[in-house]
Amino acid sequence: MNGRLLRLAEAERPALSFRFDGEDLVALDGDTVLSAILIHKPRLRQAEFGPEGRAGFCLMGACQDCWIWQEDGPRLRACSTPLRAGMRLRSAPAGDWPA
Amino acid sequence: MTRVLIVGAGPAGIRAAETLVKAGLRPVIVDEAARAGGQIYRRPPEGFRRTARTLYGSEAAKAEHLHATFDALVTAGQVEHLPEHSVFALRNGVAHATGPNGLLRLPYDRLILSTGATDRVVPVPGWQSAGVYTLGAAQIALKAQGMALGRRIVLAGSGPLLTLVAAQLVKAGAGVAAVLDTSSYSDQMWGAAGMAAARPWVTLRGLRMRAGLGRLYHAGVRLERIETDANGPVALHWQDARGRWHETPCDAVAMGWHLRAETQLADLAGARFQWSADWAQWLPQTDALGRAGPELYLAGDGVRILGADGAERAGTLAAHAVLEDLGQPASGTAALLRRAARLDRFARAMARAFPWPGAQVRALPDATVLCRCEGITAGELRGTVPMAGAEANRVKSLARVGMGRCQGRYCQLAAAELIAGQAGCAVAQVGRLRGQPPVRPVPIAALLDAPEG
Repeated sequence: MNGRLLRLAEAERPALSFRFDGEDLVALDGDTVLSAILIHKPRLRQAEFGPEGRAGFCLMGACQDCWIWQEDGPRLRACSTPLRAGMRLRSAPAGDWPA
Repeated sequence: MTRVLIVGAGPAGIRAAETLVKAGLRPVIVDEAARAGGQIYRRPPEGFRRTARTLYGSEAAKAEHLHATFDALVTAGQVEHLPEHSVFALRNGVAHATGPNGLLRLPYDRLILSTGATDRVVPVPGWQSAGVYTLGAAQIALKAQGMALGRRIVLAGSGPLLTLVAAQLVKAGAGVAAVLDTSSYSDQMWGAAGMAAARPWVTLRGLRMRAGLGRLYHAGVRLERIETDANGPVALHWQDARGRWHETPCDAVAMGWHLRAETQLADLAGARFQWSADWAQWLPQTDALGRAGPELYLAGDGVRILGADGAERAGTLAAHAVLEDLGQPASGTAALLRRAARLDRFARAMARAFPWPGAQVRALPDATVLCRCEGITAGELRGTVPMAGAEANRVKSLARVGMGRCQGRYCQLAAAELIAGQAGCAVAQVGRLRGQPPVRPVPIAALLDAPEG
């Protein structure tokens, strides 16, 4: 599957590079972290309590479905965090982190 | 100077701030978004170029006026705006907020809560999968990011947002596969008569928007399940008003049944709640101006689901209440109250037109995931009712429904319906989940760094 989200408008913005699960990806300045990942991927992370993937739900910071990890530790809420160039994001904690 | 704290910079919060500034106060306004405006008048990030007309349609002038009003207050230094901050606790006249630089303590003398609403959702088998979203999410993706949630989107549920989001997506060139309304034509006709009596032009605009959807739109449907593969939705299975089965291929589903008031801070602040049969949810009690307790004022969709126009007026009225209580009454209160009464009649008729689908919830198969956060099923919840009794908080402590990371925002109304169904009582008798701080996630590290107090 391609990315889940589809850009319909506002495509004339500067490109930003970032990394997700070790893969270098490009999105646009003004994208949220959620948008930037889901333009390329079908999911942000795996569910903790079931076999399904998760890709956010409310997009307004209320459901807390879209928390993902950064390589340097702290988690972030993808729907309400603007993408910054050079971000290093993960769908799951790094191997040396407790789950 | 009296310290007034406003939580939420949507239509209600902005008008409250404006009214207080006119009376010489300098309120503090906390908001989760980077840019003020709220959800329905949400602003894209800086650098986006679509016009207000493209973003907000017939409401463009109202949205622009609201944004301009707020920007002028901030530029003039007449309000203190704290964007990207979430209030997560209230105690002894202090609001505790978390933001980009850690924790913030905000002492206040008077508190106006204009916390808005979220989509009111009900579980549909398969809804835990990636690619299933709320209607609000579909609108935010389009408005704030210029994106569609998929290439073939099914919109489902009921309420004004269903038609609005569908029309906005079609206009923007998104692939809408079907618009499935669980409300029957007869419910909608009864409701529409009351809506037209209160606000004929708004009702007409909605009907025209609906007509524009043509054969995409179906009323009186029953949603059976969302069929998914490893990536997400592949089809929605549903039954039409005449009982015929359909399978609509899709790669995304957005759903919502009108709105659910965001009331957790009002609960922490000590507001009293009452079951509202009109909106099928627990709502905080206030007087006509929005007074909910000593030094506590509520405004907007977090109190009564009147929409953006009602929220603007409610925000002004809450500020009038603050000023009255400070001994400096504002003028024009009576006219605002008359206008608010008309919006209230409209909203109640709308709630009748697009009812909560209680019977569909009660009929959910046991295997349906009820709590998306922790994957708890309808059957697991039903199984606890004989032990816990028909009380929402006791069922929560046994089944964990409402203990997940959304804190019950997206499951508690359906859970109450299931508990009532299992116990054979009215849903109002099940009670409501008590709000518990923190009402938003807070990193432990931030709490450890915080000063005592």
